[in-house]
Amino acid sequence: MIVKNQTISARPLKNNDSFKVFTRIIKMSFKYKWKLFFGISAIFLSTGFSLYIPLLLGNAVDAANNLLSSNSGEVSTINDSKNQLYFICFLLLISSIGRGTFSMIHVYFGESIGQHIGYELRMMYYEKLQRLSFSYHAGVHTGDLITRGILDVEGIRMFVQTAILRVIFLTSLIGTGTFLMITTNPVLGVISLSFVPFVAWKATTARLKLRSNWYALQDKLSVLTKTMDENLGGIRVVRAFSAEEFEMKKYQVISDEALKLSNEQVSIRSQSISQISTAFFISMGIVLLVGGRQVMSGSITPGELTQFLAFMSILLDPVRQIGLMINGFARGSASGGRLFAILDLEPNIHDEDGSKDVKVNKGSLEFRNVSFTYEGDNHETIHNVSFKINPGETLGIVGPPGSGKSTIAHLIPRFYDPSGGPILIDDIDIRNFTLESLRHAVCVVEQDTFMFTASIEHNIAYGNPWAPDDRVEKSTHHAQLAEYIERLPEKYKTLVGERGVSLSGGQRQRLSIARSVMMDPNIIIFDDSTAAIDAGTERKIREELKSLTSKTTTIIISHRLSSLMHANKILFLNRGRIVESGSHNELLELKGQYQDLYNLQNKARGKI
Amino acid sequence: MSMKKFSERSHEIPPKASVVLASNLEEEVFSEKFNGDVIKRFFSYVKPYKRQLIPALIAVIIFTITSISIPLIIKNVFDSTLSGDNNNTNLLYLFVAGFFVAIIFNFISNYLQEILVGRVAEHILFDMRTAMYEHLQSVSLSFMDKTESGKLMSRLQGDVAALQEFLHTAVFAIGDFVLIVGIIITMLWLDFRLGLLTMVVIPALLLIRIIWIPFARSAFLKARITSSIVSGALAENINGVRAVQGMTREYVNYDLFDLRAKENLRAALKASRIGVIMLPTVDSLSGIARGIVVIVGGIFVLNGEIETGVMVAFVLFIQRFFDPIRALTMHYSVLQRAMASGERIFEVIDVPVEMKDKENSIIMDDLDPSIEFNNVTFGYLPNQPILKNINFKIKPGETIALVGPTGSGKTSTTALVHRFYEIWEGEIKIGGVNIKDIKLQSLGNNVSMVLQEPFLFSGSILENIIYSTKNISFQKVVDAAKAVGVHDYIMELPDKYDTQLEQRGENLSIGQRQLISFARAIVRDSKIIILDEATANIDSYTEMQIQNALKVLLEGRTAMVIAHRLATIRGADKIIVLQNGEIIEQDTHENLIKNKGLYYSLSSLNYSSFDDIPNHIIQKITNSTSGT
Repeated sequence: MIVKNQTISARPLKNNDSFKVFTRIIKMSFKYKWKLFFGISAIFLSTGFSLYIPLLLGNAVDAANNLLSSNSGEVSTINDSKNQLYFICFLLLISSIGRGTFSMIHVYFGESIGQHIGYELRMMYYEKLQRLSFSYHAGVHTGDLITRGILDVEGIRMFVQTAILRVIFLTSLIGTGTFLMITTNPVLGVISLSFVPFVAWKATTARLKLRSNWYALQDKLSVLTKTMDENLGGIRVVRAFSAEEFEMKKYQVISDEALKLSNEQVSIRSQSISQISTAFFISMGIVLLVGGRQVMSGSITPGELTQFLAFMSILLDPVRQIGLMINGFARGSASGGRLFAILDLEPNIHDEDGSKDVKVNKGSLEFRNVSFTYEGDNHETIHNVSFKINPGETLGIVGPPGSGKSTIAHLIPRFYDPSGGPILIDDIDIRNFTLESLRHAVCVVEQDTFMFTASIEHNIAYGNPWAPDDRVEKSTHHAQLAEYIERLPEKYKTLVGERGVSLSGGQRQRLSIARSVMMDPNIIIFDDSTAAIDAGTERKIREELKSLTSKTTTIIISHRLSSLMHANKILFLNRGRIVESGSHNELLELKGQYQDLYNLQNKARGKI
Repeated sequence: MSMKKFSERSHEIPPKASVVLASNLEEEVFSEKFNGDVIKRFFSYVKPYKRQLIPALIAVIIFTITSISIPLIIKNVFDSTLSGDNNNTNLLYLFVAGFFVAIIFNFISNYLQEILVGRVAEHILFDMRTAMYEHLQSVSLSFMDKTESGKLMSRLQGDVAALQEFLHTAVFAIGDFVLIVGIIITMLWLDFRLGLLTMVVIPALLLIRIIWIPFARSAFLKARITSSIVSGALAENINGVRAVQGMTREYVNYDLFDLRAKENLRAALKASRIGVIMLPTVDSLSGIARGIVVIVGGIFVLNGEIETGVMVAFVLFIQRFFDPIRALTMHYSVLQRAMASGERIFEVIDVPVEMKDKENSIIMDDLDPSIEFNNVTFGYLPNQPILKNINFKIKPGETIALVGPTGSGKTSTTALVHRFYEIWEGEIKIGGVNIKDIKLQSLGNNVSMVLQEPFLFSGSILENIIYSTKNISFQKVVDAAKAVGVHDYIMELPDKYDTQLEQRGENLSIGQRQLISFARAIVRDSKIIILDEATANIDSYTEMQIQNALKVLLEGRTAMVIAHRLATIRGADKIIVLQNGEIIEQDTHENLIKNKGLYYSLSSLNYSSFDDIPNHIIQKITNSTSGT
């Protein structure tokens, strides 16, 4: 069963796609109308105050200077000027406090919108990942999905928080500045803003370069994550082969590539930042030259020129921040692209239109000429499989590895959809059930059991968390696990999972059986789930379950014949086709592959 | 959706459900809390880049000088050309020319400081990650056993990323800091009294910060902890997605995750509220400073004590002075996160390495492959020995089978041969030499290990079979694959030996993975092999193949096998029966059967593996055998 590695769908976006990413993020922020409204209003107010401050300072210079140059020496005028200065000082204090307060409001609302959108995206991402089908999850590396969920959500959040409002802030600042400067002195105004077109052009080109760099870097970091994750997961193999140096080299190659990309990013950023500030200073120099001549010719006062230069210096810091913002934009569109690529995936298995919450009544199961091919595979894994099981009956499936046994198990709860032929429960096509009701009715006991980092109790009640305590105990008893749990220091509260008590393969499988029993399924499928349990214990479990599952339709998939000899009917599967079927005795009489296997196993288990 | 939403059911009995543990388990592992100065540690990573940093520093200084000289030039323009009657156009041109020269220097130095500091910063980040990763390659396995790889990954990636954000702003911060100092000096130099008066706001600012910091720190810490819980919950759900879907836990998990995410949202917003309070504070103080310049400066100008230009310069400087302070305030959360992340990174680097090569350690190639355990006692936790007084000897070329119930110490015994852990007492010798005197690297080259659960890396099958073994021809790989009987299967795959494996080789069956891990060991061709036989998880077909492969693998090597299958056990030259960390019996199969001890009793129970025998039965048997 080779499933070809699917390439991850997020590739660098085209330019208009990146525009779509932005509009999408911006649309998300429109949901927070009031926050946006207050944030933007606060921006305008703080901008107003920010611009009022140099105006006041210019007035102050004039107040101090005019008097000096008028040189009249009258006491009253000096006092007037002093009073003027006190008044300006008062206004300065008010506007500074105003600027600070409204900046606070705008920064806070910016962060608040960012955090809310981050929260929303996180929930959307979580929900989507839960719904994407097995075939999707089989093709992607978990490390990559985790990176997107953490780093890319963060990238978008930072973009919303800093970039969106800042764009409005900068535009309003530069816009108001433009207006003020041009109305004060049109010639100087135009000159002082001559840097803007250059900045706009530079910002666009740098952003494009940075964006493709972010894409490449983020992808490289995903590979790095994967490498490190595997190394830590397989640390025993690494140690056993003394492969530390080998692993370091492997890591170093990828790390160096990522570093190279980072360095490229630094150089793009350095160029744009320094060029943008220089463009600004050049305009300032021209203002100084032209303005100086105007002062000399007497067409403007020195105070006016001061005011002009102060206007410009207020723009200096925002201009410097444009560099950072470009980076935020680039990262935002790269992260947005990567995240939306997943959010936009439609799970290929979903509730059909008009699917009803049909209750599974009896649990008869039928395959009618069912075929299935894994994505990217060119031959059918199962071909034209047909069988029917009545409620309460047991079906055994046996066959060599790769014959399609597990595939049959995975088709019933619709982990995958067959490419041909319907599967029917109670004579209803399973696609007519809602996924939720179907998966409640059908339970697959998997061979590999995933343990969540939680108590044993929570793990057993995983599919039925509202079950009363005694249900949990009963299920563990049925699964022959109660004795073991009782001996643990904290019994049912004992922590299992990656950091908890580690259970043996057999114990994990028994836990998995207990889990399934908790769910009261109509159809239960044991997918090789007793392989690590010894024959004696397995027999006990089977006896315990007999009374519970008298009405349950049971499928047992196993390579150990003793596990399924008792079934009403046994299918022998080879290369996706049913080659033999019948009861144990019927199959033995056929003297075919089933009998060969039976003999093989008896020989292997030769008595001492 | 039919399943009731979590919130609708919250009034009922609480569910037996959680998405991730909220408690801060992580701290337990890193018990030795990092207490050094994070910043000081950080500088040790800066040191190697001294050469790049000196020009960078020069660039920063030039940049600062030019940044300060720009308003100074403007001041001179005012003083010498605009105020009063000296309308000297040439002088104006001269100053403007000077201004442009300053801009050119400003441009070059700005570019250089950005690129030099930026690159050094990136290098430092990568160095720190590499240091962590490299360190994890050599810390003891007992540490790795206790630590979730996900948590380590969050340090290797998440915390390094947090530092990156900090270093980006640090590039600005270094310049800003020099600038602030430069401006202070210039202001004092221009007019000492006015300069000093302007500075009075600084102590006030410091005082407010001192009061504010503890609040901010705890708020940001809370935000960080809740965020790492959210990440943990996300990661667990991704890893266990099959179980989640199989048991339709989507809705419950969504609601539980929502609780965690909301908690994080609230904490982040609170931190943000505390953070932004500093903005009006800094601005009010800057307003006061401006007011002082206006009143005092204005009066000085009125009284003719200073020139207008000085006041203009002060006005411009004040602006330049408070902007960086304001920016630093807004980046406080970044700084906080960076400090916390730095701490978490150094915690990893500070995990002690217990096992190191001794000086003059021996390279093992010439030793004969015999293994000897002399009075070995070992345990993972203090005062809880897992192995007690173990003695045995394996001659070169011999195969011994270790048998015994679960928890009897078989896996620990094999792990010790490879020196995965340090023993408490006794000694382990290979070829008559204590393994502590053998170079770790050479130990690994000569002792191959096949683990019970085969671990494959992503990459091609070929890469997995060769793994870290040097100078292996393709033919040798094919021979190994043929020897274990997996060659035919590989040739059926679309890309044959170049077929890419998925994560952990999940596109192969467990049996096939097992066979490939055998091939990996055969290619290594070491004299000693340690094998933890897989439990019954394999179908009869593959099992036969594995039995045959095992024969090839063990042929001509000294082998220690944790055996589960009767065939394997009976094929061994000697069987060691372990129970509760002690050797109960050791002899050949025939003799052990004759002796009618524990081995005999367990064998006659007819379980497929000794691991499966329930404890109470073993207890009964041991009581009866020890009684006789």
